[in-house]
Amino acid sequence: MTEDNATDTEAEDHGPTTFLTKYVWSQDHKVIAIQYGLTAIAIGLVALVLSWLMRMQLGFPGALEFVDQEAYYQYATMHGMIMVIYLLTAIFLGGFGNYLIPLMVGARDMVFPYLNMLSYWVYLIAVLVLVSSFFVPGGPTGAGWTLYPPQSILEGTPGYDWGIILMLTSLVIFIIAFTMGGLNYVTTILQARARGMTLMRMPLTVWGIFVATFMGLLAFPVLFVSGVMLLLDRVIGTSFFVPEIISMGEPLAYGGGSPLLFQHLFWFFGHPEVYIVALPAFGIVSDLLSIHARKNIFGYRMMVWALIGIGALSFIVWAHHMYVSGMDPAFGFFFAVTTLIIAVPTAIKVYNWVLTLWRGDIHLTIPMLFSISFVLTFVFGGLTGLFLGNVVVDVPLSDTYFVVAHFHMVMGVAPIMVVFGAIYHWYPKMTGRMLNGPMGQIHFWVTFLGTYAIYFPMHYLGFVGVPRRYYGYEDIEFIPQSVHDLNAAITVAALFVGVVQLLFLYNLVWSLKRGELAGGNPWRATSLEWQTPNTPPVHGNWGKNMPQVHRWAYDFSVPGADKDFMPQNMPRQSFEAADVHKLDPDPPTAGPPSDDPALPPREGEA
Amino acid sequence: MAQKRAVSDQNITIGQQLVEDWSSDREAFKNVSWGKSMMWIFLLSDTFIFGTFLTGYMTVRMSTTVAWPNTSEVFALTIGGVELPLVLIAIMTFVLISSSGTMAMAVNMGYQRQAKKAAILMLITALLGASFVGMQAFEWTKLIHEGVRPWENPFGAPQFGAAFFMITGFHGLHVSVGVIFLVVVATKVLRGDYEKRGDYQIVEITGLYWHFVDLVWVFIFAFFYLW
Ligand code: HEM
Ligand SMILES: [Cu+2]
Repeated sequence: MTEDNATDTEAEDHGPTTFLTKYVWSQDHKVIAIQYGLTAIAIGLVALVLSWLMRMQLGFPGALEFVDQEAYYQYATMHGMIMVIYLLTAIFLGGFGNYLIPLMVGARDMVFPYLNMLSYWVYLIAVLVLVSSFFVPGGPTGAGWTLYPPQSILEGTPGYDWGIILMLTSLVIFIIAFTMGGLNYVTTILQARARGMTLMRMPLTVWGIFVATFMGLLAFPVLFVSGVMLLLDRVIGTSFFVPEIISMGEPLAYGGGSPLLFQHLFWFFGHPEVYIVALPAFGIVSDLLSIHARKNIFGYRMMVWALIGIGALSFIVWAHHMYVSGMDPAFGFFFAVTTLIIAVPTAIKVYNWVLTLWRGDIHLTIPMLFSISFVLTFVFGGLTGLFLGNVVVDVPLSDTYFVVAHFHMVMGVAPIMVVFGAIYHWYPKMTGRMLNGPMGQIHFWVTFLGTYAIYFPMHYLGFVGVPRRYYGYEDIEFIPQSVHDLNAAITVAALFVGVVQLLFLYNLVWSLKRGELAGGNPWRATSLEWQTPNTPPVHGNWGKNMPQVHRWAYDFSVPGADKDFMPQNMPRQSFEAADVHKLDPDPPTAGPPSDDPALPPREGEA
Repeated sequence: MAQKRAVSDQNITIGQQLVEDWSSDREAFKNVSWGKSMMWIFLLSDTFIFGTFLTGYMTVRMSTTVAWPNTSEVFALTIGGVELPLVLIAIMTFVLISSSGTMAMAVNMGYQRQAKKAAILMLITALLGASFVGMQAFEWTKLIHEGVRPWENPFGAPQFGAAFFMITGFHGLHVSVGVIFLVVVATKVLRGDYEKRGDYQIVEITGLYWHFVDLVWVFIFAFFYLW
């Protein structure tokens, strides 16, 4: 093939040389990854600050004068949307996906680097459009991150004039950016792997990102269309989602639309979205646990099929978010069943993580600490999910703090723990230096214990019946004093956790110059990204010789080997069984195939 | 195909071949270029766009409280004093389906390395596509003259106008992009760009997109005009 990786025309190409082409308009997946990551962290910081402001209001009502009802709703909306889409989705797929896919499958770059670059810049535009809504008259939308119409587009909701328009526009732009990137990731994984790299030899990180991206390519279009329809409703007055409404005694110009349609479309996207965030985390954590416990991952095949199974099932559970929206009980039954079935592959993964640790040579490095805390937190959040998945249990818990606790545990804290673990793990590859250890320890312990201090009590608040998305609870009779005290305590914990994130950012900058030198493979890991000739890898990743893969990514502590890890590109040793994989017949040692003859017509078509 | 794999020489079933390919290294789709595999994946994603549009349309059609207009009246043309239901749309559909035919021939010519014929057939396809968009514009104008708007509709439910303009607009946009795509690729074919590179897969990739857009039209036609 003319564009096959193995033809390898890039071996002698040293890449762009000017500052602009190298670091700004770069087509190198590693630079794009870092651009994605830094932008996501920057916008994530905005969301973090918004959460402090909300917590101040909840813990110490009225303490900050500028946080009034309207502002509170705006902060809540922006916080949720930024965290889910612009931080987590972007950093896992645009950030880690971009950085790790070509390195881990042994490619020189993504298959279409130019498209990849565009993806980042369009993402940046989406972020800027979103941020601009803070500066327009009326401010950002306060519709809640679920954007349910009719209230999201009607007068009376904060940000009705501009905020909602900018939010929807930004989402549409984000989806375009994601599609450009996502097509690249999927195609690279399917079609541009190194010699010897079969799908079943890929590290689970790549599998997680692969399945998540594929899901994104099917789920985001649905958000795209519902976003366009909602925009049309708001801007030119169509009635897709808005029924007949009397407002202030006046009938509005709308009529005949279906608000429930939006909820279905939103959650048809929204539930897969939670797994789009979770699956890359699953993949990464599998690798971190295995590497830092010096043991092969338990049940690799099961892990892969569980990822695929969860991905597929998550498209048929969406209405568990709508048990209280008014649904035929038969539907409720169906969705409760599918929701509980998803717990099976999920539980398999948890068992396998635990069994990977079992009798491993556990090194409590910082990536390992974060990985273990992920497993704990995820199990916790998954169990509360089982409560919510049952209709009769969900009905009283819906729209209370119990739900807030559930999804923060499972999709807030748990994936963020993996993001941190992954940054501590791959920072040495990206920069050549280790992150500072003591600062990392403080960061981990405060974050881990702090998040439990924040979210654990919220389960109790939920059982008491404290409704979510309320600006204040002072004058509500059924709410006991203990709730107010707890709220204050949660706020204090949240501020501590917030501050320690600044320490983490400081560490990122500090270690850039002063971190311990890492060398090429500080964790003694097996996957290909640690076997590059240069650290950080240079343009084209592999220098002259493309890697040749001989094994899976989990050959740790193999009996008979002289080291406790065998890199994926290490030839098979005498004490090992022969390679059972039937691979591409090209002899591995021959250089690039001699001038590939042009493609002749295919049989039957000529 | 170019490099026939050792295994495919023996008599093995498609299923076995599939398993072979997917458990092999480097490529899951053997000898399929990056561009072509990416186009397939994109089209899968795009299916969800149009699927959602049509789902939305069907839902509002059920939720609206005003009667849905009779499509064979709304989309009728009066020619020579006779009212012909759905005549324009029939012509449009015919044109678009014919363009799929010329596109398929272009792909075939591409593989036979007959650059000129391939390019001309692509340009004919583009022309058919452009006339489709032209007729669509005519239909839009006619409906707008009669007072149909996305937010109101003298014939009945306002959702009719909303869904009509949104869905045909989005599809028309796809066709227009396809026309531009075709013209660009045809020019390059004529210029000999692909002769130098030695492969005309790009013609096939363009064709994939074009057939997809046609297929989507068949669904829109069935759901919107015939129902
Ligand atoms: C066995 C696993 C899970 C089950 C059974 C489950 C079940 C549920 C249910 C029934 C709700 C709706 C509660 C309500 O609104 O009344 C819910 C909400 C939510 N879940 Fe899960 N869940 C599971 C795992 C996850 C995972 C893995 C994530 C993310 C990574 C997640 C993220 C969320 C989010 C974000 C919400 C709240 C959305 C909102 O209303 O704003 N869940 N979950
Ligand atoms: Cu869900």
